[in-house]
Amino acid sequence: MKLAPRARVIAGAAAVALLLAAPFGLKPYGIYLLSLWAVMTIAAIGLNLTLGYAGQISLAQASFVGIGAYTAALLTTQGWPLWAAFALATALSFAIGWLLGYPALRVQHHYLAFVTLSFATLVFLILRNEEWLTKGVYGISNIPRPTVLGWSTQAPIDFYFFCLGVLALVSAATGWLIRSPWGRAFTALRENPIRASSLGVDTRRYTLMAFAIGSALGGVAGVLYAPLVQFIEPTAFALGLSFSLLLMVIVGGSGYFLGPFLGAAVSVLLPEWLRFSEGLYLIVYALFVMILVAMCPSGLIGLAERLRRPAAIATPKPVPRDDGNGSS
Amino acid sequence: MAALLEVRNLAKSFGGISAVADVSFDVYAGEILGLIGPNGSGKSTLFNCILGQLAPSAGEVRADGRPITGMRPCDLNRLGIGRTFQLLQVFPQLSVRENLILAGQEHLGSMWSRLAGPHDAGLTGTANRMIEFFRLAAVAEERAGALSYGQQKLLDVAMAFMAGPRLVLLDEPAGGVNPAMLVDLRERLREINATEKATFVVIEHNMEFVMSLCTRILVLAEGRIIAEGAPEAVRGNRDVIEAYLGR
Repeated sequence: MKLAPRARVIAGAAAVALLLAAPFGLKPYGIYLLSLWAVMTIAAIGLNLTLGYAGQISLAQASFVGIGAYTAALLTTQGWPLWAAFALATALSFAIGWLLGYPALRVQHHYLAFVTLSFATLVFLILRNEEWLTKGVYGISNIPRPTVLGWSTQAPIDFYFFCLGVLALVSAATGWLIRSPWGRAFTALRENPIRASSLGVDTRRYTLMAFAIGSALGGVAGVLYAPLVQFIEPTAFALGLSFSLLLMVIVGGSGYFLGPFLGAAVSVLLPEWLRFSEGLYLIVYALFVMILVAMCPSGLIGLAERLRRPAAIATPKPVPRDDGNGSS
Repeated sequence: MAALLEVRNLAKSFGGISAVADVSFDVYAGEILGLIGPNGSGKSTLFNCILGQLAPSAGEVRADGRPITGMRPCDLNRLGIGRTFQLLQVFPQLSVRENLILAGQEHLGSMWSRLAGPHDAGLTGTANRMIEFFRLAAVAEERAGALSYGQQKLLDVAMAFMAGPRLVLLDEPAGGVNPAMLVDLRERLREINATEKATFVVIEHNMEFVMSLCTRILVLAEGRIIAEGAPEAVRGNRDVIEAYLGR
């Protein structure tokens, strides 16, 4: 969504002020939800890069959150600092994500979705069955929260600010990436890979890179998730979380920088805000999501853009996905 | 004169159907070669085999004497060989300027240096010149998907020239373009050919356009070259007339 530069600065400053002030006056559970929002936003930013910008469907993002969470849990419960977990989980997720990208060089759309779904199942089975490493269904408990340069993040509000700081760094790095030539190449990959290739874009390397970076951000989210909940077990990283992350990207606005922020808010915070409706809250939530996605496939950001300048928004013309040739 | 592009005995079959059969020709530096033929004669298939989008069943393609058969389109582009497609191929969600920057950015530095470098890859000036040259200044900030068909066609052609290619294969550049814009497009192509010494191979059904633009014409029918020569000579060739009108 493009606003005038001044309006963007004001809106950005207001959002930061809101996020900084939000935890004050909230009970620990409210602060936990805000922290969870920040963590899930990071994972959704990663998926938005892979799916929203580069157009590669993935149902394996939860697996990378799991890889990050287990890396953090295993290392920090053995006395390693959290930054070591960040480094290892990011590198591990990047490498595995790169490998997972190879099938995307051959298949797309629902075929690719099933490839990544199979990978997600594989990771879940490893987390559940390899007890010598992961403690299986018993999970790993007493995961410590880090002390950063003498600042203990043990209290919920401190850990929230820690999560917010990491989210700020991830957002800045992702913002740089999508405005860079790489971001432009990712978009070209999504919109028309054949034309992109004819213009010198190495679609193979960019596809792999989109998977690798998106997966690495899933790993970063996982490293934060483990000390947030302080107890992890395999079902937290099953397919349900992958679908939730997909929902966050689509509801927020796939391919929009701010999409994951709003999508994660809808997925993490909205169900809690709807609890006033007691037993009906999940029904209300489900209806909201169904109507939103059906009426506005470009998500909340797309809806806002449509409302802001209805006349200027042209329906994107479908681009042929064939070889671009006609009859001759 | 040494050939910039050499095509030797190129063939492409789809199952039992032969789309291109034993085609050989040379493209010389600085010329504008027209490739014409009835629908289904194999022109675009030939382009796709030359440019790595399809693997030829037989034959060889060389650029500057170097074999390029089967090379990936992105590698060919970095060798200075560009193309446009028969159907519009712009990136609708990117602005006109970003489409142009994208079309040039992969020729600059390595993938990593592009990430660390400026967001526009230092190409805003070049893109602006291209925008002026193709008279797209009024829509430079618009998303390409919001442009008229003719403007998108101009953008499509402009993108092929962003990286300063030596050889461009244009697949029906005049298709769907209104007459006024067509004159403009022809002048732009002539000017690039004259000033940048760029070589073109042009597939086109618009005979007036192709005859007035090209210096030499190849005629393809049923996957084979049936005539070759200057526009005037080809226009009166009996085989060509028969291929278009039937016996």
